[in-house]
Amino acid sequence: MKQIDEHGLEMPGDQIIQNPEFGKKILKKIHTISADLIHPVKLMHVCGTHEHTLAEYGLRSPNIIPKNVEIISGPGCPVCVCPAEDIDRAIELTKNQDIILTTFGDMIRVPSTHSSLSREKAKGADIRIVYGPADAIKIAQDNPNKEIVFFAIGFETTAPLLALELANNPPSNFTVLSAHKLIPPAMELMISLPDFKLDGFICPGHVATIIGMKPFIQFSEKHNFPNVIAGFEPNDMLLGIYILLTQIKNRETYAINEYTRVVRPQGNQVAQEFMKEVYGCTDSKWRGIGLIPNSGLELKEKYQQYDALKRFEIPLLNSQDIPKGCSCHLVLVGKKKPEQCPLFAKKCTPINPVGPCMVGNEGSCRISYMYRSRQ
Amino acid sequence: MCLAIPGKVMEINGPTAIVDFNGVQRDVVIGLCPNIEIGSYVVVHAGYAIEMVNEEEALKSISLWQEMIESEENFDQTNFF
Repeated sequence: MKQIDEHGLEMPGDQIIQNPEFGKKILKKIHTISADLIHPVKLMHVCGTHEHTLAEYGLRSPNIIPKNVEIISGPGCPVCVCPAEDIDRAIELTKNQDIILTTFGDMIRVPSTHSSLSREKAKGADIRIVYGPADAIKIAQDNPNKEIVFFAIGFETTAPLLALELANNPPSNFTVLSAHKLIPPAMELMISLPDFKLDGFICPGHVATIIGMKPFIQFSEKHNFPNVIAGFEPNDMLLGIYILLTQIKNRETYAINEYTRVVRPQGNQVAQEFMKEVYGCTDSKWRGIGLIPNSGLELKEKYQQYDALKRFEIPLLNSQDIPKGCSCHLVLVGKKKPEQCPLFAKKCTPINPVGPCMVGNEGSCRISYMYRSRQ
Repeated sequence: MCLAIPGKVMEINGPTAIVDFNGVQRDVVIGLCPNIEIGSYVVVHAGYAIEMVNEEEALKSISLWQEMIESEENFDQTNFF
């Protein structure tokens, strides 16, 4: 948790987990074990925060990680995988003068088919950035004559927050455009892709905080595939890489929890109960990737009154996920590195993003752009 | 998005708590962590506590990692079940 560092807050175990000398020792172990690997290995993470740590600390530099160990980024950026269709729907909703659309800051600059929420906001639409669902509820309470729609994106870490609010009688002028997605089904898709062989997953620590280890253990057992649940400090990730390499060398296929200071084996069961109460699973479209079975969350029958799609009529839209020339669909599944896209740092930059991965703090292209001197 | 920040619980006021992020204090919704106590560390995502930091487990497992890295032996998965 690098934030501790920045805030100077001392947590149990920090002296070890944040110690650069400890990091050097892990690296030494990584180098020793990688010399014994019989083939180059490809590890995938599925978390924008992991991508951030890798890039910010230059962990992919050839001086750090051995050449035969490649770490690629999977579809772990929730705003990047939100299909253009959902953003187009949100934009349609803002044309209704009675509606205030609320969403996370990262979402508003993501390009959709013809526009983005920030462009619509500049044109006068009432779109407000919130820190979390509680802020959107507050806006609903403060504006009883308006309809407040919360454009809900995010993975298992974020979905229970809204579930908690919906289960606690939110104001009747509050509705949700639900675009939550689930990580394990995306991992299933990643290992089924043809011409693409992965050797291990670095699993997202804060998704596991909610859902626990069971889904990852089941994944390992079903596919004979090594997983590690890792935290977000550089040393967490290095430990995670070491644990995976050891498993690969020994032909073991466990799901191991490195982030034990936060992730409990059973996860946050209160959060799981709220999710079960409010959401059902549904097939869901991921931007540039397509439909992934059982990878989305929709509101259960009991909560339909809070479904914006039920309350407001939205015309059928002809949405387009990937603009011409953009490689986000390949970047999202780790088939292309951001700098291999012809638009990268030329036509597509954080100021003028063409594709979704150049927008938010978790987008691979944006992160590569920010830290391109450290690769 | 799945970024979560650790902080220390200072005060509990019904459905929310005041959490200190080293000087910056903020109201945090605690409905997903009903058992938090004053003085405990919580991990906060988008204004909601999503888990308590497991101090005992943290110290135990981090010293195990340290032992593993500093020993000449290779990692033995069976220590972690």
